[in-house]
Amino acid sequence: MPTPVAPDEKIAGGAEQSSQAAIVFENVSIAFEGKTVLESISFTLERGETKSILGVAGSGKSTILKLVLGLIKPDQGCIYVLGEEVTSMGEDDLATLRRKIGMVFQESALFDSLTVRDNVAFRLMEENVPEEEIDRRVKEALRFVELENTLDKFPAELSGGMRRRVAIARAIINQPEILLYDSPTGGLDPVTSTTIIELILKQRDVYHTSALLVTQRLQDAFTMATHYFDKKANQMRPLPAGAHVDDRTTFMLLRDGKVIFDGTAQELATSRDEYIREYIS
Amino acid sequence: MEFLSPSDYAKETVLAVQEYSLLAWRAVTNIFRHPRYVADTLQQADVIGVGSVPIVVLTGLFTGAVLALNAARTLQQFGTLALTGQLVSIAMVRQLGPVLTGLMVAGRNASGIASELGSMKVTEQIDAMRALGTDPYKKLVTPRVVASVFMLFFLTIISDLCGLTGGWAVARFQLQLDSHQYWNNAYQSLAFVDVMIGLANPLFFGFIVATVGCYYGMSARGGTQGVGRATTQAVVWASVLILVVNYFVSQLLLWLF
Repeated sequence: MPTPVAPDEKIAGGAEQSSQAAIVFENVSIAFEGKTVLESISFTLERGETKSILGVAGSGKSTILKLVLGLIKPDQGCIYVLGEEVTSMGEDDLATLRRKIGMVFQESALFDSLTVRDNVAFRLMEENVPEEEIDRRVKEALRFVELENTLDKFPAELSGGMRRRVAIARAIINQPEILLYDSPTGGLDPVTSTTIIELILKQRDVYHTSALLVTQRLQDAFTMATHYFDKKANQMRPLPAGAHVDDRTTFMLLRDGKVIFDGTAQELATSRDEYIREYIS
Repeated sequence: MEFLSPSDYAKETVLAVQEYSLLAWRAVTNIFRHPRYVADTLQQADVIGVGSVPIVVLTGLFTGAVLALNAARTLQQFGTLALTGQLVSIAMVRQLGPVLTGLMVAGRNASGIASELGSMKVTEQIDAMRALGTDPYKKLVTPRVVASVFMLFFLTIISDLCGLTGGWAVARFQLQLDSHQYWNNAYQSLAFVDVMIGLANPLFFGFIVATVGCYYGMSARGGTQGVGRATTQAVVWASVLILVVNYFVSQLLLWLF
């Protein structure tokens, strides 16, 4: 017979897990205008882990990212981000926490009245970092996304793929501890999508940043699990035949506001659940 | 168009008043909290204040002129044409200067603020700003409110002066009145309470223009159509509130002094 665990020990265990993990969702529910979007969902994103969140449109994927940032508050449940409970935090404390998180929005959400340089430097300018330091770090971030020549351009002068890359540069400018990608390849052609996925992979393998990747494109998520970034060749390569599939990249599938799968690529591919088999086929 | 039940309409109205009050409260309290966006405030002062000078000058000039023109007709019947300066002066400084300046600035800037912030809202730029650790109320709302209150005060003074000048032009060149008599009359007739009402009102009007513009911009939704709707509502409500607040502030000041 298992030894009963005292409630205090349970709480202490939960708090310890929350402080170690990058993100912890505990029974989180939220509804908009009477319609339930997320219903009692729980999951953990470990440090250094990349979790792809999959699901059909309207299944609540983007809502999860906004909850992580504290842009919206859940109706029920607790959310821990880098060990801090965000649901009860005030706007000032949230602003401090958000500086440790990078977010790439679905439509890039670049400030259209600012140049690429000022968009990428926005966070640093807010922190009153010296101009020389800003210029150096902006160039470094733009070099990472291979857009060094766009410094003085405005977002309207860039293509959709370039805007998405600038958004990535803006998100990584201060090397955040967590990165949130909201459909970073949505609406892009296959070649540009691959470039974006390569950048996300590069960030994962070079800086080992914890990340949540919301996507409707299953192939993007599988590319993340079956490829690695070759630093010497400066490009993405498939894992060698017979190599262990990267288990730092996991999958979470949402259906009707509930988590119906949370596991590795291997587990997803071998799932016997009818809906999951249909979804991945 | 969607029809709402009376209870839903009441709830929405109460919610809107609550959200507007919260926005106004945060706009004011942020003045005393770090960080302070001085450069953004100066930029907004340029856009809202300096950018509005031409329309305020033209409005003031022609309002003063038409006031002198119409007043002269009546005053002539009583043989008191010399009082034209007094009439233009009191009307411009106490009421027409502040109200017309407020309405012109509302038309130009409440719409500008609502459309700018509305576009940022529907393209997730406001969320992006929050995600980057910046409070949009501090960065976008407070500088606009401070700039609007500060600049509307000076724009009203410019409008009053232009109105008096327009009145003088009509008095001097059409009515053949003596310039010295006109200006002396205009100056001597102004009492402390006239100047007080005339300069206290713009402070409220500036606050209304900026907060109403920001409120409708920050609560815009539904793409470009939503931005257009927010812009229209911002101008309409800012104008209505200016006229309503003008009555109550004038009443209060007349009672006090």
